[in-house]
Amino acid sequence: MEPIIQIREMTKIYGEDEAAVSALAGVDVTVERGEFVAIMGPSGSGKSTLMNILGCLDRPTSGAYILDGRDVSQLSKNELAEVRNQKLGFIFQSFNLLPRLSALANVMLPMLYNPVEDISDEESEARAIASLESVGLGTRLHHRPNQLSGGQQQRVAIARALVNRPPLILADEPTGNLDSKSSVEIMDILHKLHAGGATIVMVTHEHDIAAHAQRTICVRDGKIMNDGHCAETR
Amino acid sequence: MKPQKILRSAWEGLMLNKVRSFLTTLGVIIGVASVIIMLAVSAGTEAAIANQINALGANLIIVSPARGIPGAARTMLIDDAYAIADQVVGIAGFSAEQTPPPLTVKANGTSLDSIAVIGTTADFPTVRDYAVASGRYFDASEDERKAKVIVLGAGIAADLFGTDDPLGQTVTVGSTKLTVVGVMEAKGMVADVDYDGRVYLPINLVFQKFMTTMPVGGDRVRTIYVKAESQEKIPSIITQINSILADRHDVDPAKPDFTVQTQQDIIATQEATTAAFRDLLAWVAGVSLVVGGIGIMNIMLVSVTERTREIGLRQALGARPADVLMQFLLEAIILSLAGGLVGVAVGIGGSYLFGALGSMQTQIVPESIPLAFGAAAIVGIFFGYYPATQAAKLDPIVALRHE
Repeated sequence: MEPIIQIREMTKIYGEDEAAVSALAGVDVTVERGEFVAIMGPSGSGKSTLMNILGCLDRPTSGAYILDGRDVSQLSKNELAEVRNQKLGFIFQSFNLLPRLSALANVMLPMLYNPVEDISDEESEARAIASLESVGLGTRLHHRPNQLSGGQQQRVAIARALVNRPPLILADEPTGNLDSKSSVEIMDILHKLHAGGATIVMVTHEHDIAAHAQRTICVRDGKIMNDGHCAETR
Repeated sequence: MKPQKILRSAWEGLMLNKVRSFLTTLGVIIGVASVIIMLAVSAGTEAAIANQINALGANLIIVSPARGIPGAARTMLIDDAYAIADQVVGIAGFSAEQTPPPLTVKANGTSLDSIAVIGTTADFPTVRDYAVASGRYFDASEDERKAKVIVLGAGIAADLFGTDDPLGQTVTVGSTKLTVVGVMEAKGMVADVDYDGRVYLPINLVFQKFMTTMPVGGDRVRTIYVKAESQEKIPSIITQINSILADRHDVDPAKPDFTVQTQQDIIATQEATTAAFRDLLAWVAGVSLVVGGIGIMNIMLVSVTERTREIGLRQALGARPADVLMQFLLEAIILSLAGGLVGVAVGIGGSYLFGALGSMQTQIVPESIPLAFGAAAIVGIFFGYYPATQAAKLDPIVALRHE
């Protein structure tokens, strides 16, 4: 099987001419299917830029990004939206749930934008319920985000990331807004997902969180310093 | 993304802020309602004018001295009316009319000042579709020999004689004693003329008794009403009258000192005046619709800013720019269509209310409903488009970080 992510000689330059800032200066990354990878690096290292490009929210200036067998580095906005919907599941630091919607409706959102399958309301609801049950929230379907604890909210977000069955999960500081007990819960869920065959790429600046991953990629000054272990960050 | 799903997202967006959504639609409601009410008011005014003119009688041709031509008022004489009656083919009757200055009318110990006295020829009731209620109208021979007879308007009869029978009684008009031969049916106010508050005399008697103080021409007439046998004969009758009168007055037919009009001509002239008024009202109403649209745009821009993170999240989950655009555009369109629907209801209700409570007559113009509703929809699309493009243009990375 080919790797899920292959990044070759990727650069990202913001601004032009003299004001140009190089955020990524030639990066090569490969992530195999089923891997659990942590990305670490100090502020301004380029890890956020790398994460944005991995999440198809931004395009690299040059280089190739082959995601699940397709070069997505220079796709149009509409094509990127389709890739995000089909290939990626996002977990954010601040959960990003819509406050007026129930947990169930929040999890159904990605299916609303599914361009490939026309999912009926019943099917969409059934999948969302299954997804919420898989993260242990089967009894909280109709709660609003403000009726749930931080850990529960992040579990709703994980259920949402899983519901379109994407081949890659991207987690951006998934425990950054949580207390240590909830952090453990969330990491347990990510472990379970990994054990079930999911591919997870997680950005974090906490060593003990990064330690949950099989492999740590350390980014500094727009380059991969050490693919395997990251001694110090910040 | 399926249309009904976008529609649902848009609806949820609006329900987030019910009071604000309602206040936003208020502008459109007022705009649409005022378009309908304004048009109903001006249509009602036009209908009232048309009613008044049609109340003159059916199939009438109205001959009167031309306005603005010196001496024209002096050239139209009772003989012109007789000539028309003799020579024109296709007429059912004619009524020449003249009005001396108002006079005092006395009878039975009661005196009424400033009463309009109308001298007419004998065909007046049939030509003007105005029947005699009791007694009879004077006939042509009475007119010719200036018989001292009078027909009372219903109101005058009541004022002078109360419940007594006025027929055969004597009435003094000015200083002339006249015998009552008939009372007209009650007709009320038509075109600001109180038909019931007038008295009707043979026109030749009027010439003899009441027009002698006039400087020249005691047998001048103010108006000749000619009744056509049928609608189809009207054009031919107009041609004949034009040629007879031009000949009799010895004027160039291209520059006559008289006018020959149908009721339709008069209605058309009146409508030309009310059209300007109607257009002004429509513009004012249209402006309020635009103001309503600007209100929608304002609120949609606020909404896009408030919901920047939501937009970023939707984009991250796979919403294309077009999906975001449609969601916000639909919100604006729902607001304006809801405003349009309520506005139509308020407009119809308001029109009835205006007609029932005010002195103004209103008549709802059916075309104004799709017009106002369509305008509301266009306002929604027009003023919703810019905020929606602002939403669709957002960069998901920036939007997701928005606080």
